[in-house]
Amino acid sequence: MAEEELTLSAPEKSQKEIKNLTSATIIRVVKYSGVRLLSLALTVVVGLYLTILIANMGGYVDTIRLAQIREDVNMRMASNPAFRGLAAEERANLATEQIQSRAHALGLDRPFVIRSFNFLKHAITLNLGRAFNMVSNSGANQVRLIILERLPPTLILFATADIILFFIALFAALALSRQYGSFMDKLSVAMTPLSSAPGWFYGIFLILIFASVLKVLPFGGMVDSPPPPTTLGYLFSLLKHMVLPVIAITISSVFFSIFSWRTFFLIYSSEDYVDMAKAKGLMAKDIQNKYILRPTLPTIITSFALLVIASWTGAPIFETIFNWPGLGRALYQAVGLFDTPVIIGETVIFSYLLAVTVFLLDFIYALVDPRVKVGEV
Amino acid sequence: MTKSLKEIFRYPSVVIGVMIIFLLIVVSIYTVITIPYSKAVQLWRGNEADWYQNPKTAAPVWYNWFRRDKLPETVIVTSDDPSVTKTIKDTNSGRIITMMVPVNFRYDSFADDMALYFKSEFEKNAPFIGLRWIYPDGKEIGIGNFSIDRKFTLRLNQDKKITNKLRGRVASQGLFINPDAENPNLPVKGEYFLKIEAITFDKTADVSAELVVYGQLAGWSGTDILRRDLGIALLWGTSIALMFGLLAAVGTTLSQMIIAGVSAWYGGWVDTLLQRITEINLVLPFLPILIMIGTFYSRSIFVILSAVIILSIFGQGIKTFRAVFLQIKEAPYIEAAKAYGASDARIILRYMVPRILPMLIPQFIVLIPSYVFLEASLAILGLGDPTLPTWGKIIQDAEAHGALYQGWYYWVLEPSVLLMITGLAFSMVGYALDRVFNPRLRDQ
Repeated sequence: MAEEELTLSAPEKSQKEIKNLTSATIIRVVKYSGVRLLSLALTVVVGLYLTILIANMGGYVDTIRLAQIREDVNMRMASNPAFRGLAAEERANLATEQIQSRAHALGLDRPFVIRSFNFLKHAITLNLGRAFNMVSNSGANQVRLIILERLPPTLILFATADIILFFIALFAALALSRQYGSFMDKLSVAMTPLSSAPGWFYGIFLILIFASVLKVLPFGGMVDSPPPPTTLGYLFSLLKHMVLPVIAITISSVFFSIFSWRTFFLIYSSEDYVDMAKAKGLMAKDIQNKYILRPTLPTIITSFALLVIASWTGAPIFETIFNWPGLGRALYQAVGLFDTPVIIGETVIFSYLLAVTVFLLDFIYALVDPRVKVGEV
Repeated sequence: MTKSLKEIFRYPSVVIGVMIIFLLIVVSIYTVITIPYSKAVQLWRGNEADWYQNPKTAAPVWYNWFRRDKLPETVIVTSDDPSVTKTIKDTNSGRIITMMVPVNFRYDSFADDMALYFKSEFEKNAPFIGLRWIYPDGKEIGIGNFSIDRKFTLRLNQDKKITNKLRGRVASQGLFINPDAENPNLPVKGEYFLKIEAITFDKTADVSAELVVYGQLAGWSGTDILRRDLGIALLWGTSIALMFGLLAAVGTTLSQMIIAGVSAWYGGWVDTLLQRITEINLVLPFLPILIMIGTFYSRSIFVILSAVIILSIFGQGIKTFRAVFLQIKEAPYIEAAKAYGASDARIILRYMVPRILPMLIPQFIVLIPSYVFLEASLAILGLGDPTLPTWGKIIQDAEAHGALYQGWYYWVLEPSVLLMITGLAFSMVGYALDRVFNPRLRDQ
């Protein structure tokens, strides 16, 4: 395999060759990422279109919307004294006319296929319309503003948790793979089934223990209310509120990651070239970093990518349990208020987030795996 | 096969896991037989008539096993009980019915609430009731005079006159203390009597009464805020969770396997197309789409189940299965099958699929709990099947009523512990099977 030769001969390479290799890597990664970006863009467009189809249930949502318009118009006509003098028939005609014109303005009279492409255009440009009931903190009812306001809390929480999770799992897996069969190793294997429960589930237990019984950490939310005035105080309060959610996410995924990554490490450390390196008398640290960690990283990144995606999709319930004012909780609130534009907008945003995650991890994958080339996409 | 079975049962985790799964299956079969579906749904609607005898948010009775100061359980005495002495005296204009209702109270803290349910039969004039409370030491106080209808409920704790008479204490506390004692905040144990005297105005009239002293504990599982016995939902939740998990896992794994087989076998554009669909599926947000379906369309468990399966068909399993299928495809015996003219379907189903089973079975078992948890997640988001009592629904109710803030821990813990046990049992078996069937590591 090419990569074995590369790693084996690396120390003897001259400075120039290494430089060439670096620029070649950059070109390869850029090329690969470009192609990936294009294909992902296409994937996202198709995904969004499917989402729109599902969201509208083949026109089902339009029926709801039309009914809402009808009710709204009828209510207004009934409450407006100007229409009271009109005959019933005249009034009904007027109402139908108004309903039709409003349906036309919303494009409800055109066939669904055409409208679905219109929706797609709006979704891609994040032109997500106006919410029925929900408003952003600044009072706007534009879905885009509501969502943009909720995005940072979600990103902060999940990015922190995922990074912590990645490093804990990586170092634990490395350490355990060195002591295969030890008590700690067996214990961690025995703990793997704990990963069958999702993060929110551990969240409930953690809230019960640390908030209800011990009363040392808050039940939920992102900062104290009212928020502390100083930046330092704000940060501290944020940290305090993040402890439990981050622990919950970590517990729910860490044992499975440790188990599977440790297995990858063990598989790679039984390769012949590792024995060869040992025979050559290389330092244990070098063997670990260059001969075991390096070839395992792509596999690990794939498994981590799936994990991150899974945690993203779980956000609605996770944030609801922890009362975290992010995207997921907004989706939960929108469900409660039956706020169609927000629900659809949220789904669109989650599609985007997933695509961005996939792309980022693809990019890192290309960086660490020299075998990945454009042709193999 | 028998050899590997023996090997499997050498793992303690498998033995424990299989036992738990077996127990869960027995419980769910028992539940479905003893509490029919229609009855469970009806009970879970929480009608007053079904549950009026239960206290609100009462912890399970086994709490007392771990406590020195015993919490009160619910005491229910109806006037038809043999312990109640009922005397009827005829007068000129009607009858006087006297009932002595004994209340045996031997707990270390106060009851939650008290209610008296009357039923009466009369011709024209409603009977008149006088209530007297007799303490264990023989002291007697009058606590109320009123006339009743054919059906009448007296909630003693909400009756202002009784509270005033008991110096500002509600009935469930004031009636069980000795105000002259050193510590009037502790209930006095002993046998109390409620003397109900009914004066009726015709000779055929009759009055019956039911006294409920609501305790702080009820049933083996406790009750929720609507007085429903959580046991119904815990039992039925087991059946539903197992059914949902099994069906979703079977549907997903089978279809993934077939698609991976087709993709690997035909290759070319079929393979490319299926791989592309898998990638698109990866950016489809699973839970938000389920939420949309639940909100806009239907919350029926079967609709959600189908949606879950359809969305999972092109999941990540396909990639793993396809990689294995690609290896198998090159094996010599497949070539032999081709040579004797076996059809594509025959090769995929008879030669390739059996080879993948050792990989598939563990993954299938590990998938089950993830779907069990998914069902609970949807219920917590308020998208559970509206009629069915499930574990997730209990947690949702508890969350909605702030059970953790209020200290009603059992309400959250019971369904959670069941979820945990179910999840652990299946995944312990699954992971152990995986290690037996797919020894990725040679023994070192």
